[in-house]
Amino acid sequence: MKRVAVIVVLLIGLLLAWAVRDFPSWGDPHAPASSSPVSSHFISSTGVDTEVPNMVTAVLADYRGFDTMFETVVVFIAGLAVVSILRGGPRRRTRDREFVVNFEPDLIVTNTVRLIVPVIQIFAFYVLAHGHVSPGGGFQGGVAMGASFILIALSWDLKTALARFPLDRCFTVAALGIVIYAGIGLLSMFLGGEFLDYAHLAEAFPVSPEMARYHAMLGVEIGVGFTVTAIMFALYASLSTDGRMRDGL
Amino acid sequence: MFEEGSIFTQLLVERLNYFIYVVLLLIGLWAMIAKNNLIKKLIGMSIFQTAIILFYVSIGVKEGATIPIYLPEHDPHASHGSAEHNDAAVSGPQVLEVSEVSGYTNPLPHVLMLTAIVVGVATLGLALSICLRIYRGYGTVEEDDLLLKLEQEDSRNAGGFKKRRPRKRPSSTKASSGAAQAVSSEKSKSDRAGQGNRRSRSKSPAKKTQSSSTSDGKKPARRRPRPKKPKERDS
Repeated sequence: MKRVAVIVVLLIGLLLAWAVRDFPSWGDPHAPASSSPVSSHFISSTGVDTEVPNMVTAVLADYRGFDTMFETVVVFIAGLAVVSILRGGPRRRTRDREFVVNFEPDLIVTNTVRLIVPVIQIFAFYVLAHGHVSPGGGFQGGVAMGASFILIALSWDLKTALARFPLDRCFTVAALGIVIYAGIGLLSMFLGGEFLDYAHLAEAFPVSPEMARYHAMLGVEIGVGFTVTAIMFALYASLSTDGRMRDGL
Repeated sequence: MFEEGSIFTQLLVERLNYFIYVVLLLIGLWAMIAKNNLIKKLIGMSIFQTAIILFYVSIGVKEGATIPIYLPEHDPHASHGSAEHNDAAVSGPQVLEVSEVSGYTNPLPHVLMLTAIVVGVATLGLALSICLRIYRGYGTVEEDDLLLKLEQEDSRNAGGFKKRRPRKRPSSTKASSGAAQAVSSEKSKSDRAGQGNRRSRSKSPAKKTQSSSTSDGKKPARRRPRPKKPKERDS
């Protein structure tokens, strides 16, 4: 088996090394990816279509909004699947795996975390809300937010973290995020546009179409942030306790 | 060895970044194929994924360009709130010139990888949970142990079944295989046989004879007869 694997890997390696010669060199401004009409269209017309200076956010939440919505749904479904895989089912040989951690939260660690967690959460909100004008957005802010809850679980215990963010609330929040995202899409549909065509929100709110896109992107990113926060913490809580939601790390 | 134009120069000097991704990708691939431990396979998968992400990000690099966020002087809507830019708003937003476009990197690879990283974390969590479940069921995540245990379990089930059941059944359940075309009286009989099978909750001898006829001799035919039963009930 190993010999076959080595042969296969070496063959693929040779092929890839051969193909590497055709790739553009590092930072070549005339590389196909950089000079393609799609990328120059995104660069040149993002500022015209929207008021968002960050092109990455504009492409993520507006031009490719449909894609991002279903990426969020993938995250949500992965969280649901993890919990349903780990929670159900028979538990054989639990006895020899059951171990009780007699674990006293460390004074220095908990006090440091007590100081750090609010800063992390405020920074997560900043990254989320400022994703239009600076690097950031829903995914990044959501991960930072989820990490703050994981930090609480690591420094005290999972029970403390779950008291602040119970698992069922995790899924409420995650579903709420998707509802926000799809709701903004549906709202723009009811206002006469297509699904996720935010410019039509300007008909309901006293803003220009470009500004409507700006705010709709913020709303969409908030939805993404909700889902990612909740699912990151749900993943940690389920995986670290084998779905039992007690003991564990 | 490193003279101009040789393959080593091309690989290790001019395109070193791609070479690194290829090496990372191969490490991941090798781990996925050759490693025995499911967790190590997952680590390999993550390394593979990282190689792809690095590849995309390096495609987005453009010399002499800045990050894909408008500089204040290029933002067609200008800085919000400042009064002196009102004239720009009156004349309407202008599309960037070609020379200005080349001053920004391509946003698309960053967008794609941004979502790929988070979705990768979620799917990795899913894979880990499946590993945990496997460990719960079989007490191991080593692949060869796992296959051994699966085989043992299958053969134990098959052996245990033979003891419980006399070998009269095959003839009656054999009729059930042709139940779709059979007349109704025969069908009711085969239905009873099907119920009996379901109650016993293990493979029937009829399945075994069928599976051996389809040259699937090694594996006890556990899955094979399942789809048959609903078909009988439907007809």
